[in-house]
Amino acid sequence: MEHDGTALRSGSGAALGFARALSEDITAFVLGENLEAMAGEAAKLAPVLVADHPALAAPVADRWAHVIAEVARAQNAELIVATSTTWAKDIVGRAAGLLGGAMASDVIGHEMVDGELHLRRPMFAGAVNATIVLEGSPKIITVRPSAYDAPTAATTPFTIEAVATDAFDVEKLPNATQFESLDRKTGARPDVTEARIVVSGGRAFKNSEDFEQHVGGLADALGAATGSSRALVDAGITPNSLQVGQTGKIVAPELYLALGISGAVQHLAGMKNSRVIAAINQDPDAPIFEFADYGLVGDVYEEVPRLIAELNSSQ
Amino acid sequence: MKILVPCKRVPDPDQKLRLNAETVGIDPAALTYILNPFDAIAVEEALRIRETAHPDAEVIAVSIAPAEGEADLRTALAMGADRALLIEHNGPTDPWNVARLLAAVIEHEQPTLVLMGKQAVDDDANQTGQFLAAQLGWPQATFASQIEFIDDGLRVHRETDLGIEVIRTTLPAIVTADLRLNEPRYASLPSILRAKKKSIEQTTPAELGVQLEPRVRLIGMELINSQRHCEKVETASNLLAKLRETEVVE
Repeated sequence: MEHDGTALRSGSGAALGFARALSEDITAFVLGENLEAMAGEAAKLAPVLVADHPALAAPVADRWAHVIAEVARAQNAELIVATSTTWAKDIVGRAAGLLGGAMASDVIGHEMVDGELHLRRPMFAGAVNATIVLEGSPKIITVRPSAYDAPTAATTPFTIEAVATDAFDVEKLPNATQFESLDRKTGARPDVTEARIVVSGGRAFKNSEDFEQHVGGLADALGAATGSSRALVDAGITPNSLQVGQTGKIVAPELYLALGISGAVQHLAGMKNSRVIAAINQDPDAPIFEFADYGLVGDVYEEVPRLIAELNSSQ
Repeated sequence: MKILVPCKRVPDPDQKLRLNAETVGIDPAALTYILNPFDAIAVEEALRIRETAHPDAEVIAVSIAPAEGEADLRTALAMGADRALLIEHNGPTDPWNVARLLAAVIEHEQPTLVLMGKQAVDDDANQTGQFLAAQLGWPQATFASQIEFIDDGLRVHRETDLGIEVIRTTLPAIVTADLRLNEPRYASLPSILRAKKKSIEQTTPAELGVQLEPRVRLIGMELINSQRHCEKVETASNLLAKLRETEVVE
């Protein structure tokens, strides 16, 4: 279960939801240091195993993957599941490399067929869904948070257990990587991967001030997060952390508002599973409209201020 | 020092894909291939290291592909790589076996640094670098947006969901490139012509002593088309009314 040092990440329960759909015998594993709060949260969803140790203070891949692999072996785990994030790709990916490499990333669906676990996952920036079977055990799987719900919270919490003292040898932990710092994104707006509404801007915006005024302004009127196409990040208009797409964040909010975004394949890969998609674009033939439920053909510099004004006047 | 850059040959993401008749793969007819864009960023970074911190560096591009995969290795040579190695292999590969083949090459070449793309834009697995680091027991720095040589190791800025993380690793190490690490150069015409004359070293999985052990079996594929029907509205006010109907906007 991924956490940020103080709380579980909001999508982390999706991995438990996937595991629960396949088995009654599941364990939530939390590792790090000072884990009381996170273990308590996880215990609402499943029995918890904790590895709480000062040597695990920062999430460095070689150490954490080593512990995950050792604990998975000791537990005879057949399936290791995590919610797909940069943390899971880095650390659980390395653990999979220690456990034989039968791994599927970004799973969005599954089915048991003749006793075999069929997994569905996007490829080619989401242009294709592939169905695959993993050969070998254990199987390591990351799931998209939008594809699976966390199990319902139990009224009586499950048990919390510490890993056996000999589960891993602190002396033998890899020591080749040192954590130096984390520059946390701070801002008043919600995180783009966790927000209920995302307002995203594309090439139509000419500079950071215009982006902030229009995309930021509409996001604030809606209580939404802001997102951005790759073009604006490449042009230095928006920071990397806002990029939605195959190579950026994958989001699936209740509402995705695409402003002046043409709809390149790699952008669509990051947002097309949103529940409702609305687009404003000057080009009536922009591909984004094929992936939208509602479309307005027009200039974002004219239409967005009208939306903001109407939202603000109705409050 | 030696820098090894694994280079994957991938279908050009800007073309329309069709499935093969059995719908278990992409139809290879008329498919054009390119060097995986993230691997091109890794090649560029290796060249910049040779041009700045380590003029003695030797940059080696390595690819696992059928014989025609030479073309994509020549892209790396035209950019400025010193040597290129093709591990000739027909048929599918998965990250586990790619990592095993690369580990065999690494055992032979003994590079100080392996620089590779964070993911290939065909299978989007984002696993090979992590598997390779695990197999070798080397430190890893994934999703790198900045690399700096310090004392006897590296300081790497990593793009994570929580923000930019900075870590230090010892060498040898595996570093995977994120989009913002650099902007790869275009090869000049003279260097493209020179690259055509360079020889490409050849080997095979058998010569490397690696028996492939498939970890991923492909059952089928489907092309994803939009299932949405776009309702066009005339004014911003109408758009807002529609969004209120869906109850996602109050």
